[in-house]
Amino acid sequence: MKAPQFAYRAPRSIKEAVTALAESEGMGKILAGGQSLVPTMNFRLARPDMLIDINRISELDFARPENGKLRIGALTRHAAFERPFFEGPLARLLADVVQHIAHVPIRTRGTFTGSLAHADPASEWCLVACTLDAEMVAHSLEGERIIPAAEYFVTTLTTALTENELLVEARLPLLDDSWKHGFCEFNRRAGDFALSMSLVALKIENGRIAEARIGIGGVEDKPVRAPDAEAYLIGKTGEAADRVEAARLASEGIQPMDDMHAPADYRRDLTRAMVRRALERALAR
Amino acid sequence: MTEKLDVTLSVNGKRYEMKVEPRRMLADAIREECGLTGTHLGCEHGVCGACTILMDDKPVRSCLMFAVQAEGAELRTVEGLAKGNELHPIQQAFWDHHGLQCGFCTPGFLMLATGVLEQNPNIGDEELVHALSSNLCRCTGYQNILKAVKAAREEMKP
Ligand SMILES: Cc1cc2nc3c(=O)[nH]c(=O)nc-3n(C[C@H](O)[C@H](O)[C@H](O)COP(=O)(O)OP(=O)(O)OC[C@H]3O[C@@H](n4cnc5c(N)ncnc54)[C@H](O)[C@@H]3O)c2cc1C
Ligand code: FES
Ligand code: FES
Repeated sequence: MKAPQFAYRAPRSIKEAVTALAESEGMGKILAGGQSLVPTMNFRLARPDMLIDINRISELDFARPENGKLRIGALTRHAAFERPFFEGPLARLLADVVQHIAHVPIRTRGTFTGSLAHADPASEWCLVACTLDAEMVAHSLEGERIIPAAEYFVTTLTTALTENELLVEARLPLLDDSWKHGFCEFNRRAGDFALSMSLVALKIENGRIAEARIGIGGVEDKPVRAPDAEAYLIGKTGEAADRVEAARLASEGIQPMDDMHAPADYRRDLTRAMVRRALERALAR
Repeated sequence: MTEKLDVTLSVNGKRYEMKVEPRRMLADAIREECGLTGTHLGCEHGVCGACTILMDDKPVRSCLMFAVQAEGAELRTVEGLAKGNELHPIQQAFWDHHGLQCGFCTPGFLMLATGVLEQNPNIGDEELVHALSSNLCRCTGYQNILKAVKAAREEMKP
């Protein structure tokens, strides 16, 4: 179908955008890549009175490493991560993960922060933000607010952002060379949303795991970590038995969704396999 | 009705001036206002790829953009591929390798493949399959589309 009517604003600055948001009194929506918002409007599931198109705000168009963080501005498209544009494990991690997000034409338009704002439980970027403890930088007329990932994700399609806030940037920690990552996702068709996926980042010192981050997505109403499995791996070498046990702990610690795509038990089983394979991939690097 | 906006689109190097509602989909503006009906609409939610065009040389879904957003961009559609009676190498390759049956998906595939090959002329087979998985075809079973695009890859090498 076609989208319902709306008023259109194309601000040129962050200030103009947050002013328009405030003036719309909750009836306006930010239009970023449009790759999630426009389909829902075409389905008439969303009927915003006003769209505030941020695509012409040049101050949002940046992505660069700075002071130990990768700063990702709100106009950074998924496609920007397809070829590493800075050094180090984080660039390789992002280039690996982005291959699993939708398809080429959608990656041309969709934005990193748009995925974070949309907060689909099966969003790969939300999983990255959760696993690496990203910081979200939000602006409103009241000023700037920095939201840590642990407080940011609330539930399906719901975040800590208020209706007057524009997500201007996300910040990821730049990982030093002692970090290795592994990612594994299961879906029925290439580019579909995952039924389960896991992102693992391991800090290796003297052949042993010094720090472990294990994230799981597509399984609960938001991306989650596997704290028991993370704690279990500390000091281990990550041999096969360690990986199997960590994957078991991770899969027991979740409360999987039960929906038309997959029953909860199946998602739990898939998660065990996803975590184990992500660990294998991390340790094979 | 919401107020209409003045929009100028540049499609295949030609300028089209129009007055459209903000909700006017880019694909519809190309078809109705510009009269270029080669761009097709299947699903209207980004899944099928029939509406794929090039915007500043990159493939995008024209069903997921509003016409007003494309002002200032250079758009390319299937009508811009051939030079007069001479088919573009990607069109010739689809002909030679039977890359189409009913043809509904073809403009989307041609534009997707053109964008992908222009950006990455040496793209590997695996990456090419991955890129083409973006679009759906209900007739061919994809094998001949893949053959055609591989042949065009050789033809289009600079
Ligand atoms: C066929 C298809 C397959 C897809 N497959 C996947 C997939 O496998 N994995 C995946 O993760 N995604 C997938 N997507 C979704 C895609 O990645 C979207 O690009 C992404 O979810 C949203 O980003 P966007 O920039 O397009 O946001 P938009 O669609 O513009 O916006 C989405 C929502 O976020 C809000 N928003 C956007 N930016 C901001 C901001 N800066 N501040 C405040 N609010 C904001 C909007 O108001 C809206 O509510 C798919 C989409 C399609 C069409
Ligand atoms: S009509 Fe645009 S992707 Fe199907
Ligand atoms: S040729 Fe008929 S849909 Fe592709």
